[in-house]
Amino acid sequence: MTSVLVPDSPSPAPAAVRTRRRRGSSTLARAARTRRGAIGLALVGIVVAIAVIGPFVAPYSPTAFVTSPFAAPSGSTLLGGDVLGRDVLSRVLAGGWLLLVMASAATVFGVVVGAAAGISAAYLRGSTDGLIMRSVDVILAFPSLVFVLLLVSIVGPKLWLITIAVGFVQAPPVARVLRSATLDLSERDYVKAVELQGMRPAKVMSSELLPNLVSPLMVELGLRLTYSIVIMAGLAFLGFGQPPPAPNWGYMIQENRIGLSSNPWAVIVPAALISVLTVGANTFTDAIARVVIGVERQGDDATLASTLGLGNLP
Amino acid sequence: MEQAVDTVREAPPSEPRWAERHPIAALFARRGAIGLVTLFVVSLVVFLATEVLPGNAAYAVLGHTATPARIKAIEDQLHLNRSIFDQYWSWISGVLTGNPGRSFANSQSVWSLVAPRLVNSAVLVAISGAIGTVLGLVLGAFAALRKDTWFDHLTSVVALAVTALPEFVVAIALIIVFSTVLLHLLPAVSLIPPGSYAWSRPELLVLPVATLVIVIVPYIMRMMRAAMIEALESDYVEMARLEGLRPWRVTFVHALPNAIAPAIQVVGLNFLYLAGGIVIVEDVFNFPGIGQGLVNAVSDRDIPTIQLIVVILAAFYVFVNIVTDVVALLASPRRRLGR
Amino acid sequence: MTAVDAPPSTSVEVEDLQIRLAGGADVVDEVSFRVRPGEILGLVGESGSGKTTVALALLGYARRGLRITGGHIRVGGRDLVGLGEGELRAVRGAEVAYVPQDPAAALNPTLRIGHQMREALAAHPDAADDPEARIAQVLVDARLDLDSGILRKYPHQLSGGQQQRVAIAMAFACRSSVIVLDEPTTGLDVSTQRHVLETVRNLCRSYGVAAVYVSHDLAVVSGLVSQVAVMYAGRVIELGPTERVFADPVHPYTQGLLAAVPTPERAETLIGVPGHPPRPGHRPSGCSFAPRCPYAEDRCRAQNPPPVQVDGRLVRCVRASQTAGATPRGGQVVAPPAVRTETLLQVHGLDARYGRFAVLRHVDLRVAPETCTAVVGESGSGKTTLARCIVGLHANWSGQMRFEGTDLAPGARRRDKEVLERIQYVFQNPYTSLNPRKTIRQIVAQPLAHFRALGARETDERVVTALGEVSLGADFADRYPDQLSGGERQRVAIARALVVEPTLLVCDEVTSALDVSVQAVIVELLRRLQHERHLTMLFITHNLALVRSIAQEAVVLCDGRVVESGPVEEIMERPADPYTVRLIQDVPKLAHRVGAGSGGASPWSP
Repeated sequence: MTSVLVPDSPSPAPAAVRTRRRRGSSTLARAARTRRGAIGLALVGIVVAIAVIGPFVAPYSPTAFVTSPFAAPSGSTLLGGDVLGRDVLSRVLAGGWLLLVMASAATVFGVVVGAAAGISAAYLRGSTDGLIMRSVDVILAFPSLVFVLLLVSIVGPKLWLITIAVGFVQAPPVARVLRSATLDLSERDYVKAVELQGMRPAKVMSSELLPNLVSPLMVELGLRLTYSIVIMAGLAFLGFGQPPPAPNWGYMIQENRIGLSSNPWAVIVPAALISVLTVGANTFTDAIARVVIGVERQGDDATLASTLGLGNLP
Repeated sequence: MEQAVDTVREAPPSEPRWAERHPIAALFARRGAIGLVTLFVVSLVVFLATEVLPGNAAYAVLGHTATPARIKAIEDQLHLNRSIFDQYWSWISGVLTGNPGRSFANSQSVWSLVAPRLVNSAVLVAISGAIGTVLGLVLGAFAALRKDTWFDHLTSVVALAVTALPEFVVAIALIIVFSTVLLHLLPAVSLIPPGSYAWSRPELLVLPVATLVIVIVPYIMRMMRAAMIEALESDYVEMARLEGLRPWRVTFVHALPNAIAPAIQVVGLNFLYLAGGIVIVEDVFNFPGIGQGLVNAVSDRDIPTIQLIVVILAAFYVFVNIVTDVVALLASPRRRLGR
Repeated sequence: MTAVDAPPSTSVEVEDLQIRLAGGADVVDEVSFRVRPGEILGLVGESGSGKTTVALALLGYARRGLRITGGHIRVGGRDLVGLGEGELRAVRGAEVAYVPQDPAAALNPTLRIGHQMREALAAHPDAADDPEARIAQVLVDARLDLDSGILRKYPHQLSGGQQQRVAIAMAFACRSSVIVLDEPTTGLDVSTQRHVLETVRNLCRSYGVAAVYVSHDLAVVSGLVSQVAVMYAGRVIELGPTERVFADPVHPYTQGLLAAVPTPERAETLIGVPGHPPRPGHRPSGCSFAPRCPYAEDRCRAQNPPPVQVDGRLVRCVRASQTAGATPRGGQVVAPPAVRTETLLQVHGLDARYGRFAVLRHVDLRVAPETCTAVVGESGSGKTTLARCIVGLHANWSGQMRFEGTDLAPGARRRDKEVLERIQYVFQNPYTSLNPRKTIRQIVAQPLAHFRALGARETDERVVTALGEVSLGADFADRYPDQLSGGERQRVAIARALVVEPTLLVCDEVTSALDVSVQAVIVELLRRLQHERHLTMLFITHNLALVRSIAQEAVVLCDGRVVESGPVEEIMERPADPYTVRLIQDVPKLAHRVGAGSGGASPWSP
């Protein structure tokens, strides 16, 4: 099909093209300038600010008993009391930073491992591919939360273990996405051109393939961050997070839900913060993906969902 | 580009002949073999992880009250003093013959504990999956047909937000709205009396099903929308329009069947997701399924129960993958018939 | 623009058609033409000229993002512009039918052929009393075998030629008065193409339909149509009887386009058109062709030239009276160097496979130093595989290959660095052969860094020199591939291959992704470089017409076997093998060759 937008088009104006350079930073900047991106970034920013500044501005100690259980909000306890009569506001302000740190660490770990596995599987093919993808199959056979629970049941609810385990379950979907992206790229003639020089596979992957995979990698980072937060919060909700007296948004929902009718804020506020964070992260990721595939310019996101469609479940 | 690129046409398929003539049988065989290998490895991983890693079974049972003598006694009871191979063999043959051992928590047969839960969870997954699939496919197809209208924009923004919500947040929100703070229409917990099954009190199923449906619909919807848009913008749909066919015929006869195949993949993925999603949803609603059973077993370090539930979930994964592949194959004449 | 003679009856009349992008930029403007029953109009132009957009507009259809914003399209006296969807539906398929470019994509993969044909007829119940009989009739008309159970088959079970015949049969099924054919033979082999064209010609004649045939291939059009409209940047710049337009073009663009078309009949140099066509929204004021036109003067840039009547055709050029008869002619290719008797590359008994599928069978090939050897074959002949075996991209082969007297190992990874450096490869598709994340400088410097490890300054100097040799200025060095046109990219690919001064250059269909005017430029560039640098070249192509312009020796491949080899002149003038004979017969040739013009005085001369 001869498209309307000329394939053999003349050189576009240099100014218009300059914005497409320096892939990483400019894509993020452009995503942030779109409406979705700005909204997503603002949502994430609010929650991060609360989680980071919160511990320093909390009116009470998160573990101090300052009011009666499930006390309604009052002048001294703005969000009322929790199941044991601790200040909900103080617990909210102190209970987010660890979730953020652990989710970020898990995301980076998962994406790095997954990307390395996916790219090598696709480029090296053969038995490497078989081994990596069968392992991916085995890990995927456990629902991600179940996999983490299995490890927790063996070793116990250690924070380092939860971080690594959550990162580990993020790796298989990343590996699948990057494998298919790399399979596509490694058939490109520019890769064949350097293979014809006898370039070593490690160098081909790092200098020819990786720069072209920055876009899917950024989208994956965003998606995986969203799901890491979801899984971490879910584990905490189930009681497999920090041990009890410590404040934690996920566990606050669990321990305070029996008092929903007396003081719903003890549940609503931590649930809302978690939601704002994940929705914000997902929205910003969507903005990145749209910039990457040019939807922002062409108003067509048919390819968006097919890029994101597979392997993006938690 | 005006000329077809030549190299693609010069690379003929390398599939063996038999597979070309019987693509479905070949797919079954290949997927089945891979599935069995996956299951075997999963069972090994589960077994070795729970039995060999630090904090082994005997320690798990006894917790901090462990003394060497008591550990020894438990180990004898569980045949832990035998070789790893023997232990694996006796466990896996037990699982396969319906006798996977006794629970550490209360010494009952694991199977009798898990079986009723399995039925409840299966009902939950089946109902949620069916409703979610239909709703997702219809909404997605409709959004594609109404591309760039307010309906499309609204559903896509809502879908974007909902896909990011943790299940327990959705569940809690439903509880707040329908059973505690705002309204008191539905039970907040799905306590089902022992000995009866989930369908005996349908109102108990409403909120858990609603939660799971809300969580999976956006994924199916987005994928269906994308697949449908791709089909609607294809050359063959343009051709159908240029032949003067009626719009409903273009949509339902020409576009829809081609959009179904990619959507099936994501439907399969969502059934797999449900297998994990029930863990939290069952916990929130106190729904007596295997998800809640798993959480309880992990808290109690009830290794035989954990092992059995995880193997069941892995088998479900393999099963759904095979079904998805076969259905996707049936939906595509090109793959089903070969040249 | 109105047609030359007032026609007695008109099937389709287009007047001042204007189609714009949703953003407002012109895609097509001021297009007018008429087609009478039984007549075929050729709508020719290079990619992006707007020819497909005009073709679809004849069915009252515009692709997403485009709108028909003005003008008239009259079919059987009724104006399609402004009709509602329901009324257009009654016209589409019934009064105006469409034959798509790529039937593999345009036939629905989930529906059987019979279903799709019956459905097309059922949409217009008045078209045939007995649909089944009608289907049988048109299938026979389109030379399809009814007994083969074709109606029960799915599209993917048919060959490309059969798919196109099905699409043609569907178009003729409802006895429409107008048929629009959008490059229906692109992607088909020359022999299949010739047969399909014959079918089209016969059907148009016997059904008395008015047909519009869209094509980028001037040779195909010249033998088929009676009137031709040449499009450039969304406008018809020359419209008239085919023999006049092709034998004596007036518009400078038509002249340039015709001079760029290679011919299998003579060994001519080709003359390309420098520069590229402007994109919609970036068209200059005045004549769109002015920036590339050797005759351009100030008034060309001032206003858009109105159509003027010159010598029985309409031309949009203010200097039409001066340009007539000035069509450039390629010169005779200078006598090729005497064929050398030494051997640079010897291929002996080469068998190559993909999986278990044999692609090459016992291929022998001898390449003499400092000559250009063409490997000719249709798609599926194995020519690309042969090239990939030689350069080391395809390792699954047996037999013997000797290069400069030493054996070549299968696969680049097992070859010495020196061998890899001395054999360089230029890929078919310049849109995928350059890494989009690297600058042109990085791309051309890369083989230097790998093979030579020179200092930064020397590397840079060599890169600039290499770019200069392919006529790219040093300012290209810091651009990225997506800022270059297809022709410019292919030059970069050639520069990358030549920067390490190879002995053997393997060119795999290097012009097949390019427009004909750009193809001419690239072929001339390769010829010049081969002579200047005493290169040995292996030129892989499906285009028989090109062979004569560039090669001295040729090898003809068919189904993985060499059917004929020898000097180009010998093969083209006195083909021995029946396959070669048929190939040379079937290749489309310009039916009306530009007469012996005043080549020397033309401003087109390179």
